[in-house]
Amino acid sequence: MLRQAIENLGHRTIQGVWRIGFAARFFLATLLHSGTAFRRFGLTVREIYFTGVLSLIIIVVSGLFVGMVLGLQGYETLQRYGSESALGTLVALSLVRELGPVLAGLLFASRAGSAITAEIGLMKATEQLSAMEMMAVDPIARVVAPRFWAGVISMPLLAALFSALGIFGGYLVGVQLIGVDEGTFWSQMQSSVDFDQDILNGVIKSVVFAVAVTTIALFEGYDAPPTAEGVSGATTRTVVTSSLVVLALDFVLTAFMFRGLN
Amino acid sequence: MNKTILDLWVGLFVVAGIVALLFLALKVGSMSTVNATDSYEVVARFENIGGLKPRAPVKSAGVVVGRVADIRFDNKDYQAAVTLRLDKRYAFPKDTSAAIMTSGLLGEQYVALEPGGDGTMLKDHDRITITQDAVVLENLIGQFLYGKAQEGAPK
Repeated sequence: MLRQAIENLGHRTIQGVWRIGFAARFFLATLLHSGTAFRRFGLTVREIYFTGVLSLIIIVVSGLFVGMVLGLQGYETLQRYGSESALGTLVALSLVRELGPVLAGLLFASRAGSAITAEIGLMKATEQLSAMEMMAVDPIARVVAPRFWAGVISMPLLAALFSALGIFGGYLVGVQLIGVDEGTFWSQMQSSVDFDQDILNGVIKSVVFAVAVTTIALFEGYDAPPTAEGVSGATTRTVVTSSLVVLALDFVLTAFMFRGLN
Repeated sequence: MNKTILDLWVGLFVVAGIVALLFLALKVGSMSTVNATDSYEVVARFENIGGLKPRAPVKSAGVVVGRVADIRFDNKDYQAAVTLRLDKRYAFPKDTSAAIMTSGLLGEQYVALEPGGDGTMLKDHDRITITQDAVVLENLIGQFLYGKAQEGAPK
């Protein structure tokens, strides 16, 4: 019983290390084959449609509602201290620094990431990838690289849209509904949100999340066992792993970026 | 899907994303932070800076004329050396005084510059000699209580 448990643990550890090695090799191969994604840009544009444009609706609606909730909750807390004029700052900083990139990353993982994994897993299960290899077409160049770059291009744009719509949602609730002074709302926001420190760092975060989520989604699909069960398991793993990685990376990046501020 | 419609959607998406980025840069963030190229730095030393932080505004007559660039502790005279990065458009006389103020009762702290009457102006890496420390609320309350206790003591 105990021996079995130790054997299992050892087996799983070796499997885990093997997968990390394979994932690193896979990521390098994707980068090396990136040329195809730009030479045949039509392929990448098609994938931008599937990962970016089709994720728009969930990003737009969530961004608007998150901003509205921030406006409402922020006002509730700030007015206790008589500083409801800081509502603009609160909404903008929380969205631009944290919620925009992180929530867009999580939504991107569940909307686009799972779709990428399922698509590539199914391609593998129906032996389309092997067929490509038979025809001397490298599946990494033809299938993986365009999807990777489509994800890396789409995600920062989605995060920017999320933040912008969130701020608009905060404005709708704070200024239009509750009646915080409009001039104060915008001027407080502008005086405390810095372009380099806050907005640019948010964009860098979203690019890092895009690389992580897209790589995980592509790798899980590429590595999925070619069965119905295998593909469904891989899709679940994509959402779980990439969500956890986004949150962990967010902590690391925030620690690096905002350490010198206070 | 027809390729042109697909291109149109992707184009619209990219344009919307760029518009969102521009909105964030121009409407939300302040692009007007003083750049290193068109600014000069002066140092002011304080006994106590209270809660002053880097990037806090430097104001004169209520107008933001620069930002706090750096705060260091000077190990020789045990004072806080605050580097102020001022916009080149604004020149201040050499005997300008710097004070650490608080905007409102609980607001952020900033450096207020009060221009003097000297004919020569502050240059890059000059030092502001006349400074006024931050008012520390705890000290003020302590002094008040001490004063009250003195009043009540038998003479």
